[in-house]
Amino acid sequence: MKFTWFNLMPWPHLPVDFRERHRSVWVDIPSSLYDPKKGHEVYNTYLDQLEYAESLGFDGIGVNEHHANAYGLMPSPNIMAATLARRTSKAALVVLGNSIALYNPPIRVAEEFAMLDVISGGRLVAGFPVGTSMDTNYAYGQVPALTREKYTEAHELIMRAWKEDEPFAFNGQFTQLRYANCWPKPIQAPRPPVMIPGGGSIETYDFCIENEYSYSYLSFTGYKRAQLLMDGFWNRVEEMGADKSPYRAGFAQTICVAETDEEAKELYAEHVNYFFNRCLHVYPGYADAPGYRTVKTIKKGALSQFTRSSLGTLGKLTWEELVADGHIIAGSPETVIRQMQELITGLKVGNIFCLLHIGNMPNEKTRLSTRLFAEEVMPKLRNMWPEWADDGRFWIHPLETPVQTSTPLAAMAEAGQ
Amino acid sequence: MTTLTIHNRMLEIGNGRAAVEVWEAGEGTPLVFLHGAGGLMPNDLFFQALAAKFHVYAPLLPGYGGSEGEDELRDMLDATLHTGDVIDALGLVRPALVGHSMGGMLAAELASVAPNDVERLALIAPAGLWLDAYPIEDLFAKLPFELPELLFHDVALGERLMTAGLDLEDPEFLAEFLITSARRLGMAGKLLFPIPDRGLRRRLHRIKAKTLILWGESDRLIKPVYGEAFAAAIADSSLLTLPEAGHLVTHEKPAQVVDAIATLIDAG
Repeated sequence: MKFTWFNLMPWPHLPVDFRERHRSVWVDIPSSLYDPKKGHEVYNTYLDQLEYAESLGFDGIGVNEHHANAYGLMPSPNIMAATLARRTSKAALVVLGNSIALYNPPIRVAEEFAMLDVISGGRLVAGFPVGTSMDTNYAYGQVPALTREKYTEAHELIMRAWKEDEPFAFNGQFTQLRYANCWPKPIQAPRPPVMIPGGGSIETYDFCIENEYSYSYLSFTGYKRAQLLMDGFWNRVEEMGADKSPYRAGFAQTICVAETDEEAKELYAEHVNYFFNRCLHVYPGYADAPGYRTVKTIKKGALSQFTRSSLGTLGKLTWEELVADGHIIAGSPETVIRQMQELITGLKVGNIFCLLHIGNMPNEKTRLSTRLFAEEVMPKLRNMWPEWADDGRFWIHPLETPVQTSTPLAAMAEAGQ
Repeated sequence: MTTLTIHNRMLEIGNGRAAVEVWEAGEGTPLVFLHGAGGLMPNDLFFQALAAKFHVYAPLLPGYGGSEGEDELRDMLDATLHTGDVIDALGLVRPALVGHSMGGMLAAELASVAPNDVERLALIAPAGLWLDAYPIEDLFAKLPFELPELLFHDVALGERLMTAGLDLEDPEFLAEFLITSARRLGMAGKLLFPIPDRGLRRRLHRIKAKTLILWGESDRLIKPVYGEAFAAAIADSSLLTLPEAGHLVTHEKPAQVVDAIATLIDAG
């Protein structure tokens, strides 16, 4: 099993009456609700937590990309990954990812990902999401019906840029480069492991299976609701005659660990409520720009979790209901182990993106939950897929002897060195 | 108003590149009507009003109704040339050209690109321009129940017209509705998303047609001030604003709109 510690980086200071006063946490939320001075502390606390997760033995630390979004404060995931590349040494840097239809020209992503891979000594996991409709269409203005085509073209350019050893001409519908020439190249040749976040588009299943990319379902509604969608993925794996390595797939799960089940509720309930009530308050008109999904996907009925305002109801659920329905996995280490086993065997996934910071959870609680998960839960789940232990196709291959980054000069001066 | 018989037929365009559903009815002067982003309504009452006076041809843009081939229409020029091809395939020579909203934008584009092929042009609340002081609302982020208020002066009438036969509680109907909407607005998005401006202002000066620009005074989607901008840019044009009508002035004041078009066509 591979565990990646993930922080969506929500803005923790949304007002109590946010839902009543604003129609959406995303796209048209006024930026006056953001306070840069408080933001200074928020960013640095969150980045410290990611570094802390590495020190506890998490296999990966994860960042992602959202725009005009108060629950995801990483419009540039590569900036976050760059700060982590210098201050960590073992964990995979899981950048999940760059919405490649948004970068112009998209060779920029090939370059920046290569930079991250080189700086970190080959620790990059490269994520290539199509991007949500909120991000890609509404916040970044891409034409919905052309978004997938633009994504496909960008992916082709990036992969070719990593592979080719000579400059080449690229004549795309969206990008024309006379001299496509990627400097630097990634350490992990011909490419870093790739993860594709998906939300139920069946085209994405095939794309992952064909290219040996890991399919990552980033859901907020928990593992029980994910069964249908993941079954669909594994059915396609079988139909296409691929092997059933669990590392072909990953799942994001909100997890809260305390000493006892009761303590979990006491410590974390208000922050979970903040997340489901305020952070997931998305105006349904932004959920799916017409044309963003293919007719084939709509016909399958496997629509995104954001369609038909299904999220609106989550905020009304009690702690007990959220736990019972598996939206969150919460409780004592024993409880969490049991539910995680259910998740892992049920969805057949080898990668878990652990959402251990939730909503407006303060630093101490986040660290407590994270430490308990690392020390009490993770060891019990480590060897759930022994027959696939040597499957290295979907994970990083770092340098054996990376350079030691030096201690910052200011810290040395303070220590009197 | 007596209901006219509407003939529907399929027309092949460009050796199979597109298949276009055409509604045809009425007698007299040939007139091509280009619909807006919402398409034609069932038994569309504006189509009927036009057909009471003219020989009307209403081709549906690929993505709408039975028309297919939208994947080949990637941008404004594709859609504009396609529209010219449809008129050609109908065997019409310089028919009167009428367009509403997105259809008005297409009509204005065609009249700009091929100024010698359009002699009479009616633009009804056309899209295609952008004025920073009067931003056009985002049609693509609207929920169905929000549309009547945005599109009609008489909101109750709008609700009646727009929700006729709609049952969004029925999952099967909803799935069909989502597919229809994805096809239509997916195509419309290539012309209108995220800002309905594809550079038309740089081309409007080329229009030679005698042009009527027509607006509903209560248009909340594209405010009537846009009518003045179109009128200022098109040489041989006149602007008519109808009171107590919204963006769907076609459905709120069909008789007056048709009369104004008749005046345009009859003018020497």
